[in-house]
Amino acid sequence: MMSADLATLAPEIVIALYAMAALVFAVYTRKDALAGSLLWVTAAVFVAVAVYLGFGRDTTTEAFGGLVVDDSFARFAKVIILLSAAAVLVMGQGYLAGRGLLRFEYPALIALAVVGMMVMVSAKNLMTLYMGLELQSLSLYVVASMRRDSLRSTEAGMKYFVLGALSSGLLLYGSSLVYGFAGTTQFDGIIAAAQGQAPLGLLFGLVFVASGLAFKVSAVPFHMWTPDVYEGSPAPVTAFFATAPKVAAVALFARVMHDAFGGIVGDWQQIVALLSLLSMFWGAIAAIGQTNIKRLLAYSSIAHMGFALMGLASGTEFGVSAMLIYMAIYVTMNVGTFAFVMLLERDGQLVTDISALHMYAMQAPGKALAVLALFFSLAGVPPFLGFFGKLYVLRAAYDGGLAWLAIAGVIASVIGAYYYLRIVYFMYFGKEQDDPIPSGGTLVNQGLVTGCGIAMLGGVLVLYYVEIPALAAAISLVQ
Amino acid sequence: MIVFAFYLFALSAIAGGFFTVVSRNPVHSVLWLILAFLSSAGLFVMLGAEFVAMLLIIVYVGAVAVLFLFVVMMLDVDFVALKAEMARYVPLAVMIGVVILMQLALAYGAWDTAEIASSQLAAPTPALDDIHNTAALGYLLYDQYFLLFQLAGLILLVAMVGAIVLTLRHRTDVKRQDVLAQMYRDPAKAMELRDVKPGQGL
Repeated sequence: MMSADLATLAPEIVIALYAMAALVFAVYTRKDALAGSLLWVTAAVFVAVAVYLGFGRDTTTEAFGGLVVDDSFARFAKVIILLSAAAVLVMGQGYLAGRGLLRFEYPALIALAVVGMMVMVSAKNLMTLYMGLELQSLSLYVVASMRRDSLRSTEAGMKYFVLGALSSGLLLYGSSLVYGFAGTTQFDGIIAAAQGQAPLGLLFGLVFVASGLAFKVSAVPFHMWTPDVYEGSPAPVTAFFATAPKVAAVALFARVMHDAFGGIVGDWQQIVALLSLLSMFWGAIAAIGQTNIKRLLAYSSIAHMGFALMGLASGTEFGVSAMLIYMAIYVTMNVGTFAFVMLLERDGQLVTDISALHMYAMQAPGKALAVLALFFSLAGVPPFLGFFGKLYVLRAAYDGGLAWLAIAGVIASVIGAYYYLRIVYFMYFGKEQDDPIPSGGTLVNQGLVTGCGIAMLGGVLVLYYVEIPALAAAISLVQ
Repeated sequence: MIVFAFYLFALSAIAGGFFTVVSRNPVHSVLWLILAFLSSAGLFVMLGAEFVAMLLIIVYVGAVAVLFLFVVMMLDVDFVALKAEMARYVPLAVMIGVVILMQLALAYGAWDTAEIASSQLAAPTPALDDIHNTAALGYLLYDQYFLLFQLAGLILLVAMVGAIVLTLRHRTDVKRQDVLAQMYRDPAKAMELRDVKPGQGL
């Protein structure tokens, strides 16, 4: 029994063991001098595990007495998590090295956070869910405040920690109410108990669990920490926050709602729809006044979470697959955008003010073109990839009987397009600058910006090949 | 007799909690807190949960409360000033109290469990005659929930690494002890004996 269990969880175990081995190895050898190579090795391990998960398995297996499950939904989410984490790791190297932040603990902590996320998306039990969530969050608190001599970084870590602890408290309280109702923390037990008319106690539990999860995906009204944490953390850490943990949190949200509360869809549908509506509008409206590009991207991610939750709100198989496709596209866009943010350097300092982007196209026409593709895609302009992501979730919402939400989504998307297109306008038609940002940056980041920019158009051609596994994943989740 | 013991422990737990909050001397507060912990441990024993009771005494009384005592005695915190602000937080405290009361009302008054809940219990408490409850907990923790136990270990590892990352600073301007260098020093080279004549100096 034990070896089968371990084999099911082999990817997580491999990464956890790798993280521990890397820590011990670096401590006893050259410490921080090794950090650069460790970063690349960690990314290689992530990619290898992602390839294994993507092609090596095709069954649904439960392990450890049903505490975790390995199904195609978990695998789909894990592949996105691993690949985005690998991309974000390697693109931060230049930035971290330039500021003396390249410490060997960084890749190890990221690897442990990734283990936490993989456990989260595989969770079949409220306790496993919480363990994965805490493993992920705790590693993230540490990397957020890694830049100790910066007041903002420390503040970001502190804020994230306090609010994260609060949200964990909400989640735990909700879980205890659900347990009190169902008599078990196992998802299949909860779904067997929670059918038909939900009593008050279970509803309370559901609301608290949903609020705790909404904190983690930073959906309005639980989004307050996002802009400050994004602004204060070192740029590579911000890039990490915006990608892998978001995928894990959204996937976890879908897992809990469908696997545990699948019998009372009507009750959680309205909660998720409201979260989605508020996130889309607040993310679009509040970003308009922002001048710091990291804060702007924080609001952008809030709005995008709103769209992803719209897919979930529809409560159908197609909705879940639309949500997964949306997250895959969202991650690609954000990897490119943050690689670009890290390119904006002047005299070794990161420039985060968007007014510095005036006439950037004169300085670096190639990169400006890639960024144009990325921002058009973020705004959802056809024929870029982001448009198709939005199309999927809008169709899911419409099919699920939430036509009003789909219409609201279109309006919010139009409002949001303003601030994305404004940046593109600055780059091409802005004012002349006395002191323009020099074109430069590491080769990895330039490659990622260009690659993601091309993917915004080329990705449309391969979208079909993402759709098939996403639909299979959704079918494995929604019974 | 059992009833008498219950009321004894319950009353002393409440009294301990009450005086922890109101007593003027912080050291007394910590001592009252210890009384509250001990009485709660007594209540746990009466419930048949002797392992939890011992845990409460070892961890909370033995470690946490003593740590509090150290903090109270070693840090120079002006408790009179802190006390003066207490009046400001009374409304908040009352609100939290009301919330807790409502939760209790929910739990004891209007709580519904699913019909199948009792058949779904993952780990019903075994009869005391079958197995010791420490042993039963051990089976749960190291067998059924082995995975969760290992994950908890990973979380603690992250906490430790995080504490080191955020607080350890290698200062270069201080002299450090190098044990190997000390051991491999050659005494013949390290010092020299001179015979100093009286009144002459070196």
